[in-house]
Amino acid sequence: MAEESITRDAPAPPARRDDRPLVKRMATHRRTQKAAPYLSTIGLFVLWEGIVRLFDVPTYILPTPSESFVAVWEYRDAIWMHAAQTLYTTLAGFAIAVVFGVLLGALVGSSRAIYDAVNPLLIGFNSIPKVAVVPILVMWFGIGSVPAILTAFLISFFPIVVNVATGLATLEPELRDVLRSLGATRRDILVKVGFPRALPYFFASLKVAITLAFVGSVLAETVASNLGVGYLMMSASSKFNMPLVFAGLMVIAAMGIAMYEVCNRIERRSTKWAHRGDQ
Amino acid sequence: MSGFIELDRVRLRYQEGDELALEQTSLEVAEGEFVAVVGPSGCGKSSLMKLVTGLLPPSEGNITVAGQDVSGPISIVGMAFQASTLLPWRTTLQNVMLPLEIVQPHRSQLRRHRAAYEEKARALLAEVGLSGFEDKYPWELSGGMQQRANLCRALIHEPKLLMLDEPFGALDAFTREELWDTLQALWMQHGFTVILVTHDLREAVYLADTVYVMSKRPGRILERRHNPLPRPRTQETSFTSQFVDLVHELRDKIKDVRAADG
Repeated sequence: MAEESITRDAPAPPARRDDRPLVKRMATHRRTQKAAPYLSTIGLFVLWEGIVRLFDVPTYILPTPSESFVAVWEYRDAIWMHAAQTLYTTLAGFAIAVVFGVLLGALVGSSRAIYDAVNPLLIGFNSIPKVAVVPILVMWFGIGSVPAILTAFLISFFPIVVNVATGLATLEPELRDVLRSLGATRRDILVKVGFPRALPYFFASLKVAITLAFVGSVLAETVASNLGVGYLMMSASSKFNMPLVFAGLMVIAAMGIAMYEVCNRIERRSTKWAHRGDQ
Repeated sequence: MSGFIELDRVRLRYQEGDELALEQTSLEVAEGEFVAVVGPSGCGKSSLMKLVTGLLPPSEGNITVAGQDVSGPISIVGMAFQASTLLPWRTTLQNVMLPLEIVQPHRSQLRRHRAAYEEKARALLAEVGLSGFEDKYPWELSGGMQQRANLCRALIHEPKLLMLDEPFGALDAFTREELWDTLQALWMQHGFTVILVTHDLREAVYLADTVYVMSKRPGRILERRHNPLPRPRTQETSFTSQFVDLVHELRDKIKDVRAADG
């Protein structure tokens, strides 16, 4: 409406009329960008459905996504219970990983000596397949939530430690000199510069850590639990109920995406200064 | 000797067995003097800065600043480097006020007299032409503005000594020359002592009362040139024959240094 009245009152310069399609094109572009993740997901499902139907793959090998969705609905009560358990163990393990990871990362990042001492141990520990650790945890804590929580913790704390330590250790030497010449203590430097500076690194690591935490908890559930999506999938596959197995996978993926997005939002909100330029 | 800063036959090597970084350096700077140190890159100019500010202890010799032996960081100093190192999560004003959160006695008074300190920081920012930018973040400022803010951060706690390590090295020529005037005005207004490390000879001659020429590594002071050009120096000054001659002589000296042993 406003544009119309402008053109009626005074002849708009031709340049104005030319850039309208551009603005429109950019709006369309933005809309496509927003829709892209949904389109790609739907595309994947369509492709999957098509291939299974085209080659007539038996359900006990690979169910179609539609069969899997039907299974999600059919077993919704069981899935709800198991998913809640998995979410609980994952978040509990993740929470411990955050606390422990930040503390250890701060320690490792603020002292060269501690870094040298701890680094090989950390790398060695991280290289151990966590599936090998689960039986040990079961021996110690029995079957149930505890091994799942601990596995989620063990698998997800490493990226947090590394990133927090990196953020702290990569302080510009000039800035350190400026602060030291003012008489700043190590603690001053850590509080005023180190921690704020490490914050984007920390949040970036959370996104990696939360998805790893799901890997850990589901892994432990498949081996040593009678609750959780991991257990549900194991018991379903032993009954050749492949649609339910895939339903479990989809639920895990959905929870992973949701939690990732939560971390992403928190990251953007708390470290705006580190994301300048990309809106 | 009775200078504000005295270096008496100072030697520095970073590690036992290493080559000397600084060889037999003696230097005397009067209070309120503007000194520039020029030399080829890697000549130990930055080492000199760290020695005077107490960030590094000399391997041999003595350093005194304001009549006191330097044995650790001295808080009467403000520093600024080529990289402005402003903190991106703080506004310009908060960045400038950072030293006040660290240096005594401001540190313990900051909470009670916050408004007064803020007023002071705003006044200083206004002095370098940054009023209106107090609440902008450093990454919203141009390179020249960032260096102006950096100078303010180095001066907010009213240091007696300002140490500058190629502070304008990364700026374009026009911005750099504007900042020379800003720095000169600050210095004439506040009367602190300045040691400016640079490899820009025009910058040294434009700003300094005394220019020291250093040799290649191991660094040694080869020459001390008094610069009698009247203040305030302006762009016009830089076209006078006196100015040009002095730059020329220093240039020749540096050329000799660079040619010697390789």
